[in-house]
Amino acid sequence: MHHDAQAPTENEIRAVAAPLASLEGPLLPMLHAVQHEYGCVPEAAVPVLADLLNLSRAEVHGVVSFYHDFRKAPAGKHILRLCRAEACQSMGGQALAEATLARLGIGWHDTTANGAVTVEPVYCLGLCACAPAAMLDDRVVARLDAARLDRLLAEAGA
Amino acid sequence: MRIWVPMDSAAKAVGADEVAETIAREAASRGIDVRIIRNGSRGMIWLEPLVEIDRGDGRVGYGPVAPEDVAALLDGKLESLGPVEAIPFFARQTRLTFARCGLTDPLDYDDYQAHGGLAGLRRVIAMSQEEIVQEVTASGLRGRGGAGFPTGIKWKTVMQAEAMQKYIVCNADEGDSGTFADRMIMEGDPFTLIEGMAIAGIGVGATRGYVYLRSEYPDAIRAMNAAVGIARRRGLLGPSVLGSDHAFEMEIRVGAGAYVCGEETSLLNSLEGKRGVVRAKPPLPALEGFLGKPTVVNNVITLATIPVIFEKGADHYAGFGHNRSRGTATLQIAGNVKRGGLFEAGFGLTLGEVVNDVAGGTASGRPVKAVQVGGPLGAYLHEGQFDTRMGYEEFDAEGGLIGHAGLVVFDDSADMLRMARFAMEFCAIESCGKCTPCRIGAVRGVETIDRIAAGDPAAAELLTDLCETMKDGSLCALGGFTPFPVMSALRHFPDDFATRKEAAE
Repeated sequence: MHHDAQAPTENEIRAVAAPLASLEGPLLPMLHAVQHEYGCVPEAAVPVLADLLNLSRAEVHGVVSFYHDFRKAPAGKHILRLCRAEACQSMGGQALAEATLARLGIGWHDTTANGAVTVEPVYCLGLCACAPAAMLDDRVVARLDAARLDRLLAEAGA
Repeated sequence: MRIWVPMDSAAKAVGADEVAETIAREAASRGIDVRIIRNGSRGMIWLEPLVEIDRGDGRVGYGPVAPEDVAALLDGKLESLGPVEAIPFFARQTRLTFARCGLTDPLDYDDYQAHGGLAGLRRVIAMSQEEIVQEVTASGLRGRGGAGFPTGIKWKTVMQAEAMQKYIVCNADEGDSGTFADRMIMEGDPFTLIEGMAIAGIGVGATRGYVYLRSEYPDAIRAMNAAVGIARRRGLLGPSVLGSDHAFEMEIRVGAGAYVCGEETSLLNSLEGKRGVVRAKPPLPALEGFLGKPTVVNNVITLATIPVIFEKGADHYAGFGHNRSRGTATLQIAGNVKRGGLFEAGFGLTLGEVVNDVAGGTASGRPVKAVQVGGPLGAYLHEGQFDTRMGYEEFDAEGGLIGHAGLVVFDDSADMLRMARFAMEFCAIESCGKCTPCRIGAVRGVETIDRIAAGDPAAAELLTDLCETMKDGSLCALGGFTPFPVMSALRHFPDDFATRKEAAE
């Protein structure tokens, strides 16, 4: 994943998405591929995908905006997903999340000032028997406490 | 010497990778010949990372093991848990769906076959479609995603439908808090799901399958993709399943963070590349499902249970259970519990047995206040309901649902007004927006609970009325069942809804 400041061109986006056009129900795989490549689904991707799939721009926009995963702009260098769901709440997850956000001085969905970490809520990581849980990029972590979360954030450069 | 260190994400999340690396390093420096096998999890999550060592007299468990324990572990100086399968939590289970999970290397196809894998599918290949569907019906298997619809009846509808193409869609969008059975089986025994889908395909005449797997499970996505690749190379998938005349091919598709896509019709829309909004039923997905074609939509655990039903026979499976809930429930014991994890047993245990005996009460050591059964749309039950037996009808009678059989335990520090508010907030965040009771009702629900918290004496009645509307008027379970946690919290824990008002007076 790279996060070039320069916006991708129409042809670049097309090259990422077009090989998936033969799938049954190709739009979500295409959006994942675009986001994997650019760290977000840039506005410029909407007309390209619409053209590839013979859909209106409104339809593609409707799909992109429906799903929590797709971002309009790239996130920070790392994404920390903190679980907000019930099992993690039962083990003090909410207080831990609130304290973490307060210490970083940001809210949910925000990125630290140095651009290192974006904090997102997540509703269940399936780590409910070792709560509270979180995920730093693709790496799962559980039985979290303030000290462990601090180490994780320090590692991520927050 | 063989050493098993789980690669299940719950084990990894508490340090299993570091433990495995340390074992490899320490063993090399001591010149000990060890073979490290990354298995699935045995489901005893409170013991993870649970390391198993076979020194020639069976698999002995150690856990939780930290990297600094490894030296003692290899020197035989670390205190063991004894034979893993004799640990009471494990020994009292009936492992059918999870028979291989934790035992084998999840991606070792030969290991899979050596432990009963493919026996069911081999039997199926010699059966007619009617016989296959009849066997599923006779097993009494019902949808393990939560709805509890008889699987055999669903399959029969798809089998009898006439179409050029039919599909098997596996719902692996396990978004309910307190549930992780789907994740565990996909990471710990992925071939069993593939085998179950192939059997479903042969049974109903479908040649293509999809697993709709949530993006929050990167480890399960990797495991399933790897397993599908192996299954294809080894001839379990492809134009000739295990050399038979049946074709079955499948793909893993990744969701995009929408909880509502766990609802089967929104899942189908999402799989087609649309907004994950709910479809009105009829038409049933069994007749007009993926791309308008007849489709079996089953949960991971439902499909992963199919192979053992054919391996051991429908009667064997139906021999376990209670009343109309046949077979085993794959309970997921979570939250504030002393012994949390996956516990598979015939339906019929009481909630109290599970929470107090199996799980050993709370992790905090404080009294149990509430247990939410069935995910964020399930009711909060209190101790007075602990004699409720695990079963679809039994939970229904208590104003709740067994759902995907996840239990989240809360101790007496839980604020039930806050939990009720969270249920409404979650519904508002995740509503697909198609129907008004859910889209607007959830927002009004949050506001109304805030009014209760502020001491408004009329607000509780309003909340009750709103919940009635959501329950009766919503298109799917998200809006329709959110009233379960809200109303059960309001009814069973009135003190939490009264304190602020009384304090204000």
